[in-house]
Amino acid sequence: MPSLKTLRNRINSVKSTQKITSAMKMVAAAKLRRAQAQAEASRPYAVRMAEMLAALAASEAGNPNANSLLVGNGKSQTHLLVAVTADRGLAGAFNANIAKQVRQKAAILQAEGKRVKVFALGRKGSDALRRDMREQISGTKNFVGKKVVTFADAEEVAQEIIRGFKAGEYDVVTLVFNRFHSVMSQKPFEQALIPAAAPTANDNTMEHNYEVEPDDGSLLDRLLPRNLAVQIYAALLENAAGFYASQMTAMDSATRNAGQMIKRLTLDYNRARQANITKELIEIISGAEAV
Amino acid sequence: MPLALEIISPERLLLARDVDMVVIPGTEGDLGILPSHAKVVTSLRGGLVDIYESGKITDRFFVTGGFAEVTESRCSVLADEIIRQAAIDTVAAQAKLAEAKAAFDAVDTQDTDAYREASDKLISAQAMVDSAVAAPAQADTI
Repeated sequence: MPSLKTLRNRINSVKSTQKITSAMKMVAAAKLRRAQAQAEASRPYAVRMAEMLAALAASEAGNPNANSLLVGNGKSQTHLLVAVTADRGLAGAFNANIAKQVRQKAAILQAEGKRVKVFALGRKGSDALRRDMREQISGTKNFVGKKVVTFADAEEVAQEIIRGFKAGEYDVVTLVFNRFHSVMSQKPFEQALIPAAAPTANDNTMEHNYEVEPDDGSLLDRLLPRNLAVQIYAALLENAAGFYASQMTAMDSATRNAGQMIKRLTLDYNRARQANITKELIEIISGAEAV
Repeated sequence: MPLALEIISPERLLLARDVDMVVIPGTEGDLGILPSHAKVVTSLRGGLVDIYESGKITDRFFVTGGFAEVTESRCSVLADEIIRQAAIDTVAAQAKLAEAKAAFDAVDTQDTDAYREASDKLISAQAMVDSAVAAPAQADTI
């Protein structure tokens, strides 16, 4: 039986932990709202860009000289997995899920005889993957110390990825990030970046009726890198929203667990206290009887 | 029938309202968009997007480049960066221009993508400097 003092100390320490977790929950909830608003604000651009790209991409079907960002470079030997994670932890399995998904995907690709490289976007992802995939990590980037990710950040990453692709370091690029389904649920999701969804000849929108300036090819040359940046930006924003949602849920259950623990410890404490009183009474009474 | 104009940056929808006419800086030259314009997609160079309402320029925005999609009833400007013309910082614009010039001089002319990007940036920076001293909105230009 632990002494009263140790029990009291434990109760106090659990109580202060509970204060921290409940504060973190509140902070995460506020940041979640901001992250969601940011994600919402970025949607119109992404929607319009996707529309334009779909119209133009369809017209490139069957064109042997189509931009390699759109149709790939004809090989699929080396894959680059872009793992998007948060920079901080304490968010349940949020970051671990991405690491797991990347490992699984890498194992499948390697079983097919492909080479796999990893670009770790976010500190937690690079920490987790560095342990067993050190040689495969071709690049890392994180946004530690930044309040919000900006489009310029995403563009930097996109340029880095395009540079590697043009240099022939990899043939296929896939983005792995947590898709924000709801506050309670974020699931790892894979999205093809290069080649961007290859157009098919029997696409309905093949005959787009836009006039295009300067021409389809050079417009796509400008549109595709930008589209890549937009997709990475969207993934980063979804990652941020998902992270705060996940952290909020994790901190909420931590607060609840701490509450349960305090209840149990308080019960133990009171039992021990009463046992002590009873023991002392017995001692006094039997002492008095002996006289 | 009015023209629904949207000016959108990657980070947010900056402006969405009905206007009479808008002039956008296409890479091949300025385009004046009136309602019922033929469907067009174009890339943009750096320059001013002028919003016309009842015969006057009521708003001028500087865009660093981007794309525009025009349909019969709508004009969407997808810009990389958008600054209200009145808010352009001349000093910053000059600095940007110097930087773009240096980058352009250093670029490898064989690398078509890099060359195109550097020349786009240079044109955009030059346009920003020019835009800073252009006539402000609400001027009686027509």
